[in-house]
Amino acid sequence: MAYIIRRIILFVVTMVLVSLITFSVFQVMPGDPIRIMLGTEADETQVETLKKQLGLDQPLYVQYIDWVKGLVTGDLGESIRFSRPVTELLADRLPVTISLALITLLIVVIVAIPLGIFVAKRQNKLSDVVLSSATQLGMAIPSFWLGMLLILYLGMNFSFFTISGYVPWTQSVAGALGAILLPALTIAIPQIAVKFRYVRNAILEQLRLDYVRTIRSKGITEKFVMYKHVLRNSMIPILTIFGLITAEVVAGTIIVEQVFSLPGIGQLLITSISYRDFPLVQGIVMYITFIVVLINFLVDILYSVLDPRIRLN
Amino acid sequence: MNTPQIKSASTKLLQEDLLLEVKGLKTYFKLGKGKVAKAVDNVSFSINKGETVALVGESGSGKSITSLSIMRLIPKPPGEIVEGSIRLEGKELLTLSENEMTEVRGNEIGMIFQEPMTSLDPVFTIGNQIVESLMKHQKMKKREAYEKAIELLKVVGFSRAEVIINEYPHQLSGGMRQRVMIAIAMSNNPKLLIADEPTTALDVTVQAQILNLMVDMKEQFGSSILLITHDMGVVAEVANRVLVMYGGQIVEEAPVKDLFLKTKHPYTKALLKTIPSIDVELERLDSIPGMVPPAHLFPTGCRFAERCVHVMAKCREENPELMENSPNHKVRCHLYEQVGGI
Ligand SMILES: Nc1ncnc2c1ncn2[C@@H]1O[C@H](COP(=O)(O)OP(=O)(O)O)[C@@H](O)[C@H]1O
Ligand SMILES: [Mg+2]
Repeated sequence: MAYIIRRIILFVVTMVLVSLITFSVFQVMPGDPIRIMLGTEADETQVETLKKQLGLDQPLYVQYIDWVKGLVTGDLGESIRFSRPVTELLADRLPVTISLALITLLIVVIVAIPLGIFVAKRQNKLSDVVLSSATQLGMAIPSFWLGMLLILYLGMNFSFFTISGYVPWTQSVAGALGAILLPALTIAIPQIAVKFRYVRNAILEQLRLDYVRTIRSKGITEKFVMYKHVLRNSMIPILTIFGLITAEVVAGTIIVEQVFSLPGIGQLLITSISYRDFPLVQGIVMYITFIVVLINFLVDILYSVLDPRIRLN
Repeated sequence: MNTPQIKSASTKLLQEDLLLEVKGLKTYFKLGKGKVAKAVDNVSFSINKGETVALVGESGSGKSITSLSIMRLIPKPPGEIVEGSIRLEGKELLTLSENEMTEVRGNEIGMIFQEPMTSLDPVFTIGNQIVESLMKHQKMKKREAYEKAIELLKVVGFSRAEVIINEYPHQLSGGMRQRVMIAIAMSNNPKLLIADEPTTALDVTVQAQILNLMVDMKEQFGSSILLITHDMGVVAEVANRVLVMYGGQIVEEAPVKDLFLKTKHPYTKALLKTIPSIDVELERLDSIPGMVPPAHLFPTGCRFAERCVHVMAKCREENPELMENSPNHKVRCHLYEQVGGI
């Protein structure tokens, strides 16, 4: 319990720091959003009026507090480019990015873990060579290129796949899958190629430990040794890796949404940056960091679920 | 030795008491580059029903690998049992399938290890780890198995067994964990209990308790014990018979009294000098300079020759055989090769 409380405090402190950093970065960034909104021809009084309207004439700390209040209540101001509330824009795009990220993660988990177990059980020279080449390849392929290959060979040949754009789940589940699956694979394949080795190593690490010998000495069959004890113990280091993977997957969505023209947060982020749409950029950055910090928090909580040494200390 | 009629008669008589018979066991480790560590190199011995046999020797002499070979728990690769026979009540263990072997482990043979701190699975409760064995071998239902587990914990000395059963290994002390290990090892009334230095990692004050507990359990369940230890004080206290191991081979075997009073092998004599410092880890013997040769570099002659105070020219050329030149007392040493010895 003390552990969970400590993690919650850490979570809140991290979020406050993140908000401070995000806020300060946008103070020192070049480019004046007011000028962009009004055009270079605007006169001083127009500028002053708009500043007052947006609260930009207030001292910085007041602006910060207002902004944080907005974050908490879900009011992030209005987008300069789209003239719509930032929260609304995010709400439109979030389902796309979240489906993409979750499906990617699901693919990584259901492939990398069994694959890691499989190769841990069968250690030999040949499979080691094959698998490290796969890893090298997975690391070397740029994701936009992999995305294009998938479009070319799968997207063009099977009508199931939509190669550009998004279909909401509420409209058609098959349609949504058809739109999400290829981008998800684009992010998942390099992740799997690199990360299944961590799973393998985590399992081999466990197999060397004394407790495994004790379990075998009780006459427990190898299946139980692996799937009850070793896998459960390996989940602790594997969880750390999946924390990392999740952060990388969230980052991966930004590029892949471009390749597949998915109307997600990543696409919105790139548009908003090129228009110096500061309220929108700030909102997106906060949401992305919030998700990453939240995942780390959940990973920490899961540790305590999996490991009684953490839970009961 | 030259009277086969008498010998076969005596073995027949022994047959009924015979529990474990190890013959010509060789367990080797492939180290790469063609090097082979002969961790156990032609070891033969037997254990009778109800008997406590001690296996002694310095670190690296092959005691643990001998016991793990009996359980068929040698890590392969790099290890492998390359030759020999291990019979439990006449049943050959080395030809059993892996599945059949799981019916022997934890059921007919129980084992306790040296490292109580790391020998239990850290993420499962004590209860879970005891019932696992009961459910496998006695086909108990979960409920029944937990009741039996509480009973077992009480037998090994936990008064708060109902609480302990839900605790995790890290919540217990080393001595308590070793009690749990004993409860697990004895849970299915094994015929043989193998204890590999069960008290080495424990506080001196706890050592005697654990040892007494093992002896009590043995008497209660009528099991035999193979006790691996380097503590000659413990040997004197609990063993019926002693096997002395050096460089992967047995160098002396005798009933406990003979071993202490009519010690033959120079190595055993050196070991016995360590008794006053009972709790000192027997990493190497200070009374004789040098160390156990590594298992891939055994000399062609006697493996103890380098460190032996009685070393002769012959010792460096030829490894002596293990010979029984007085009743029940075997020794592997050129000094005793003439009948009667010195
Ligand atoms: N996993 C292993 N790999 C290679 N050699 C090993 C391994 N385990 C044991 N050995 C060899 O077997 C010898 C005997 O080991 P062991 O039976 O553990 O000794 P003891 O229990 O008497 O201290 C060691 O000296 C080492 O050379
Ligand atoms: Mg040992």
